Amino acid sequence: MINAHRDAAEDGAQVIPLDSARRREPERGPLERRIAEGLAFLRRRLAGDYEVDEFGFDPELNEAVLLPAARALYEHWFRVELAGVDNVPKDGGALIVANHSGTLPIDGIMLSVALNDHAGRHVRLLGADLVYQVPVLGHLSRKAGHTLACHADAARLLGKGELVGVFPEGFKGVGKPFADRYKLQRFGRGGFVETALRANVPIVPAAIVGAEEIYPKIADLRPLARLLGLPYFPITPTFPLLGPAGLIPLPSKWMIQFGEPMTLDEYGADAADDPMTVFNITDHVRENVQQMLYDTLLRRGPAFL
Amino acid sequence: MPAAAARVVLVTGVSRFLGARVANTLQADPGIDRVIGVDTVPPTAPLGRTEFVRVDIRTPGIAKVIASARVDTVVHLSLVTSPSAPRAKAKELNVIGTMQLLAACQRSPDMRRLVVRSSAAVYGSSAKDPAVFTEQDEPVESPASGYGKDAVEIEGYVRGLLRRRSDLSVAVLRFANFLGPSVDSPFTRYLRMPVVPTVLGFDPRLQFVHEDDGVEVLRRMTLEEHSGLFNVAGDGVLLLSQALRRAGRVSVPVPAPSFSTVGDVGRRFAGMSGFSPELLRWLTHGRVIDTSALERALDWRPKHSSESAFADFVTGQGLGRGAPLQVLDRLTGLFQGDRR
Repeated sequence: MINAHRDAAEDGAQVIPLDSARRREPERGPLERRIAEGLAFLRRRLAGDYEVDEFGFDPELNEAVLLPAARALYEHWFRVELAGVDNVPKDGGALIVANHSGTLPIDGIMLSVALNDHAGRHVRLLGADLVYQVPVLGHLSRKAGHTLACHADAARLLGKGELVGVFPEGFKGVGKPFADRYKLQRFGRGGFVETALRANVPIVPAAIVGAEEIYPKIADLRPLARLLGLPYFPITPTFPLLGPAGLIPLPSKWMIQFGEPMTLDEYGADAADDPMTVFNITDHVRENVQQMLYDTLLRRGPAFL
Repeated sequence: MPAAAARVVLVTGVSRFLGARVANTLQADPGIDRVIGVDTVPPTAPLGRTEFVRVDIRTPGIAKVIASARVDTVVHLSLVTSPSAPRAKAKELNVIGTMQLLAACQRSPDMRRLVVRSSAAVYGSSAKDPAVFTEQDEPVESPASGYGKDAVEIEGYVRGLLRRRSDLSVAVLRFANFLGPSVDSPFTRYLRMPVVPTVLGFDPRLQFVHEDDGVEVLRRMTLEEHSGLFNVAGDGVLLLSQALRRAGRVSVPVPAPSFSTVGDVGRRFAGMSGFSPELLRWLTHGRVIDTSALERALDWRPKHSSESAFADFVTGQGLGRGAPLQVLDRLTGLFQGDRR
């Protein structure tokens, strides 16, 4: 009797419950499903039930909170146009080398949105140590997957096959006066080339146009900067004149261009220890970025339209 | 497996938690003839086959023990890391004790193997740290105080001994913070505060080593001959905010300058031990160490990740599921109830 019942259940019932379950699913409206997803997300966050990597990268927070906020700025405020995304390797380690500008490093955030949305890769940027000394900024930057600009971190990330982004100009680039816009500064000491040589990964040059106009730095209050321990204290047409409202970036039109990957295969493993080779490659990368910068600037036309 | 035929093993700090557990594990090994435990205070629990000798390693008495028992392996575990002892006394125990012990080791012709418990605190904690420290990395900011500085000095004396006795095989183990059901440390006391203060605007990356794994590493290191520096930690990383949520603790961000004041108030009124400067720095900037050298040497990796060591601690302490989560679960329960 019981056996017969089980047989019957096995014969026919296997189809029926599945079918009815499938039919029940669409009853949950899209709104209801979004609420359920939101609650599940909230529960995971409150319970600490998520994972971070050894750099402190929190993919879930990045996906759900940090990136959407930056994406709004990317799409509607700066209306970023991309070119040459195919030059970014689909997988494996690579080093993106870009120009740095804008008084505040918004270009890094836009670069990470561009690569996340259009190249399907999380870029791990290398930031100045100042970033990690400032409360809130430091841990948010780590949660977004970025880390300190040092050999050890870059090498470790590249070794894991990550896409690493670097702004070799550093503060000299991001804090240059408006009059010097789109003029590349010195490319650090070429440390990024050494790292790429050691890790044997290609260098992808990138030009970011538009960031120069977001906070035009027309003067620098050096004594105040020194007092606050900052690399510069910018005066822009709106800051500090309009107070906090002056922190709203001007809505310039942006373009990001990725150049062809520069493979370093022709150099041997010892090349990283040969300063002359490193300087030559550094200059080569710098010229590439500068050329791309001029071309893209011409293509963009007026800054705010 | 290159097993050193360890016959007479001396364990320092045997009356404390880690020393007692390591001595217990070693005495179960048939390859070891004698386990001698030394400490300044008598052990609280019976040590079994381990012979207890009450001797202060800061005195030459330790040399007599090593010479008369013909000790060939020393496992030096008596690093005082908790701020419960006055700082001057802890430093005396850590640094002077190690000097005497190493002097005795250098003198003894039977000595072959030395295993030293050091701490990942030797790397310090600062905003300019690389994300992950390997054994070759120098600290960006060397620890200026506390047991971290003691550990740096201890490692210096161990290097000195190795220069003079190059026939010894020495392993120095830099442990991440111990955690587990029976660990009592400044960090576990911190987590048990009624309201847990955090440093405003900072969310450090933390790593833990489970007590069982720590004991197992020390056992293997005592029995096998691996020389050098080794980082010891569970895989993976936990953020402080994440840890507090998993333990269901209520936390309050406090600006860094007033953070130690909170600790002082806790010490005065709640019988807590306050926050040492190194704990404060660790809770601000955190620290992550790379353990691949240990895994390669032992061909073994810790059973517990940092996460599961923390989870084990949380269940051991009966923590978990904080008030916000309970409220949320209650609310979602209502919501689901409506639908049915």
